[in-house]
Amino acid sequence: MTFKLNVNGTTYDVDVEPETPLLWVLRDTIGLTGTKFGCGIAQCGACTVHVDGEAVKSCSIPVDSVVGTMITTIEGLSEDSSHPVQRAWIEHTVPQCGYCQSGQIMAAAALLRRTPNPTDKEIDEAMAGNLCRCGTYLRIRRAIHRAAELSQA
Amino acid sequence: MAVLETNISRRTLIRSMLATGGGMILGFHVPGVEAAVVAPKPWTGPTDGIEINAWLTIGADGTVTIRVPHTEQGQGALTSVSMMVAEELDVPWESVHAVFADMNRHVNRGREYIVTTTHGSQLVRMQRRHISQAGASARERLKQAAAEAWGIDRSEVTARQGILTAGDRRATYAEFASAAATVTLDQEPDIKAPGEWWLLGTEVARLDVPVKVNGSAHYAIDTRLDGMVYAAVKSCPVPWGRLISYDAEAAKKRPGVVAVMEFRAEKGRTGPNHLQDGIAVVADSWYRAKTALDLVSIEWNFGSEGQVSDETQAAEAKRLWEEAGEVSGHKGDDALKIIAASDRVISAEYHRPYETHARMEPINATVSVTDERVDVWSPTQDQAAALRIVADQLGRDTKDVHVHTVFIGGAFGGNGGGNTAVTRQAAVISDKLRRPVKVIWSREEDIAQDKQRPPHYTKLSAAIGENGLPAAIFSRAVWFTFQGVSRHGPATADYAISTMPYRIPNRRHERHNVAAHIPTATHRAPGANQNGFIIEQFVDEMALAGGWDPLEWRLEMTKGLEPWQRVLLKLKEVSGFRTDLPRGEGMGIAVVEDHGSYCGACATVSVSRNGALRVEKIVLVMNSGYIINPLNCAEQMEGAACWELSHALYGGLRLQNGRFTNLNFDNYNLMRIDQMPEVETHFALSEDGWWGGVAEPGGPPTAPAVANAIYFATGKRIRSTPIVKHDLSWS
Repeated sequence: MTFKLNVNGTTYDVDVEPETPLLWVLRDTIGLTGTKFGCGIAQCGACTVHVDGEAVKSCSIPVDSVVGTMITTIEGLSEDSSHPVQRAWIEHTVPQCGYCQSGQIMAAAALLRRTPNPTDKEIDEAMAGNLCRCGTYLRIRRAIHRAAELSQA
Repeated sequence: MAVLETNISRRTLIRSMLATGGGMILGFHVPGVEAAVVAPKPWTGPTDGIEINAWLTIGADGTVTIRVPHTEQGQGALTSVSMMVAEELDVPWESVHAVFADMNRHVNRGREYIVTTTHGSQLVRMQRRHISQAGASARERLKQAAAEAWGIDRSEVTARQGILTAGDRRATYAEFASAAATVTLDQEPDIKAPGEWWLLGTEVARLDVPVKVNGSAHYAIDTRLDGMVYAAVKSCPVPWGRLISYDAEAAKKRPGVVAVMEFRAEKGRTGPNHLQDGIAVVADSWYRAKTALDLVSIEWNFGSEGQVSDETQAAEAKRLWEEAGEVSGHKGDDALKIIAASDRVISAEYHRPYETHARMEPINATVSVTDERVDVWSPTQDQAAALRIVADQLGRDTKDVHVHTVFIGGAFGGNGGGNTAVTRQAAVISDKLRRPVKVIWSREEDIAQDKQRPPHYTKLSAAIGENGLPAAIFSRAVWFTFQGVSRHGPATADYAISTMPYRIPNRRHERHNVAAHIPTATHRAPGANQNGFIIEQFVDEMALAGGWDPLEWRLEMTKGLEPWQRVLLKLKEVSGFRTDLPRGEGMGIAVVEDHGSYCGACATVSVSRNGALRVEKIVLVMNSGYIINPLNCAEQMEGAACWELSHALYGGLRLQNGRFTNLNFDNYNLMRIDQMPEVETHFALSEDGWWGGVAEPGGPPTAPAVANAIYFATGKRIRSTPIVKHDLSWS
């Protein structure tokens, strides 16, 4: 079946089964590989993207449910890594292996949209669905506070 | 579209290929990110510069491209290698571009990078001499070239920050790069002493951060090639079980399915990197391949291994606890006799279960086989091994095989030896189909077929002497390893126990290496993480039984051992360790050697009356002799602490009927951000000639410090993991 998807402002026609998870359409069909596969069951958050501005785990959402929405992936968060979350991530040298960081950044950006100045507790609640095996959590927390500052500056 | 492509012109390409002898290297800017000096796909294309030696080229604009032969798996290798070369070469850090070195060249041209495998926290501590030397040699050859042109002696030339000077004469490195490339030195220079550093020892941000915040960093799993197909695979859930039969009719009817293939283990080839029996479904997308694979009905022969479980292993370990094992350490008189004769004996039994690597990038490999060449993209810690594995599997000359070094989404000791059998699987499929293929293991396959951290069962006893200090200690450790091997890297059944520093006059340590069908391997801080938890709690048990404060006991028992004393004294100074907190609160300490470094931890925990645990804070003190980048060291130590807390608090694979039953993150639990304690890092460096590693030692003392803190908070001694499975309630 063919579906029309709006990803990062570009329209794509994709020919896949309706139950295909958005993740695999992004990675294999469209070729946007910044969004990562980690678990396939919405437990690690490596595949987090925005659907109409909300953080969604793309490994567990079928493609037919996102037709007509605005999908944003890490590649579309900013043109030049200038989003406050990306700037804060660079400033605090957050990534180690980096594999989970696309998902972490998309989750953090969605959090800041809803909650511009989150507390540690609000950060923990919003980010608990995103695993990082390298253990960069402390720097993620600091970088989100910094991104909040940068957003308001 | 953020996956950036190079726009190097064909003219530049040809020129630089001539200049570099065909080295497949380049460094191109990431637009808009000023500090970026590593590219999203740092492995293809030429470099625009003159090759001074295998490690570096210098471009006309002064850009220095440093070829890093190691892999970048999050430990900062790209940055560390580049820093060491730039330190000696003496060029502005902003002019440095890092790229991955060409492994085909390394393997087939005399191993010019010496060591390419990346493991064991060894890059800086063990390889800094030859890495630094590459920069020093290039610097001296630039000076020699200038000296010859200027008609003076090399000693009169100064090389600093990319500029050569002598009196009024001045030139850039680039001006003399061609001449330097032909210079042969009478004698290669020494490398700098730490006191002469200008770059090493400072806080330097990792080079690969910018490409890891915009989705452009290329991991093996991101490889996309023209005509590529995707494969999902399944090996026997009881590792090394045999394939009897399968029915793939339903799978073959699914859309996009290209082929269904079987793998067969080859006689006599049963090493951890060899092919097991298995089924692969190949399709035009991975999701189609995986969903079709799920429709294949497979009959396996599990053999007797299908009866093995945690319970059978525990029973076997308890039986072996009563039998003498191989002696791994012995000191003084017969410790067993002293303990048998003592009326102040303490004994304890400890257990650590299997743990898995669960790096966030699931195991995968992409291979493209043609008549002319074979290309490989693999998240391996050892690209040279991956190259040889593929050549071996396909019967090809190593000259035909090209392994492209990519960013690795975590490895942690599990991606050594060419990245497991997946590399062979991809090679076999691509060879048969003559198309590029990407094999990805589902998370469940990744955990089921990983080379795991081995489980440990250890019993200890000690006789307490008249001064409250132990007169004798005895340990008997049992671990279960693939094919019964006695070590994985530094790990043994009792590493950190038999190697503990404490001045106990009479010691006897024994171990049993039991063969099991579960593949096993190194796992970040191998051995030290499992056994640090055991010995550093037993130390507290001994100290408290003898009426000693745990910190004072450790200071007393490491008297005269400078690196340990330095860590413990610093820990005493910065941690505020105390044993008199109110019930429900506790502090604990531990200190463990790992990869040549000494790391101490102080944990603060709170436990509610009904047993809810909160790890509040970890203070780490590291003595690695020296450090070259405090920022990266602190990041690694935080990561290593999180790593082992994950296993000690939440992890634990469960083995039933020969196979693991918790195969994804819904039931193999790892630390999440809301559980992460504050971590404070301190350095207490001996700086007296020895070097230790930094990427792993933060873990081993962390878990026992937490367990010791739990004891002070609750009165409960937790001798097995995961800790959260225990009832920690108190009244």
